[in-house]
Amino acid sequence: MGLDATVDLRFDAPVHRFAESGGNMGGMALPQVAPVETPEIEEVPAGDRPWVTIVWDDPVNLMSYVTWVFQKLFGYSKEKAERLMMDVHTKGKAVVSTGARERMEMDANQLHGYGLWATVDRS
Amino acid sequence: MFRRSGGQCVATFAHDEVRVLRKVAAEVVGLLTDGMDHTDPVVSRLFPDIYPDRPEDSQEFRLYTEGDLKTSKIDQAGAILAALPDEGEGEVRLDGEAAEAWLRAINDARLAMGTRLEIQADTDLGEELDNAVLEDPGSSRVFQLSVYAYLGYLQESLLNALPEIR
Repeated sequence: MGLDATVDLRFDAPVHRFAESGGNMGGMALPQVAPVETPEIEEVPAGDRPWVTIVWDDPVNLMSYVTWVFQKLFGYSKEKAERLMMDVHTKGKAVVSTGARERMEMDANQLHGYGLWATVDRS
Repeated sequence: MFRRSGGQCVATFAHDEVRVLRKVAAEVVGLLTDGMDHTDPVVSRLFPDIYPDRPEDSQEFRLYTEGDLKTSKIDQAGAILAALPDEGEGEVRLDGEAAEAWLRAINDARLAMGTRLEIQADTDLGEELDNAVLEDPGSSRVFQLSVYAYLGYLQESLLNALPEIR
């Protein structure tokens, strides 16, 4: 590997300091990992619609890891977990669970524990 | 890299791999314990808003959940430090629970580094590394890209060493 562990990784360095020290990173746009749009909300009375947990695509998480998380957390089959992972990867997002709001919040929070980018919305 | 052996995930790490992994895990712990700045893109990636369009609801949810989430992230980074030799080369053997903690912790480290390195969906890591080496082989960007790539291979090897989930 030839890794030189004496160089500071600077996880905690503020972005501006990091950009200065990196030199070649100044002026580059931040990665578009944040969701820029949310699903259309239909005009159906509140309370009649279940809630959904949405996982968004990001450029860091490995496809194999995302599949493993879906299997581990939701007990989905490998086939279903892979299909959801591919939806996230190719469509930018996928609904991974549906149900009561509190339940979806719990799912999203657990997904954050695994490092996946999850949000909650009405279906 | 990890392999499966006798019901465990086993890896033998060289001296500099141990140093890098200890450093990476310590950096994650430091990031999480130093009073987190939510305007820092790394922090907002590790602790995303649950309701992107409703900041107040996100904030309220955060109030009840962030402490535990932070603690679990610190604990999983701690699992890396606990399993590694203090220094020098050595073998690491992980049972199922420890392997999961490692996977999650390696992922947090990759998210933090990937965000700092501005990795995007179309980033070609090899090309990025070549360019950085051409610019300055001794730069911290070269080192960080190398570590980021290494952690990706390590995470993949650990996933492959886990028993198949049915």
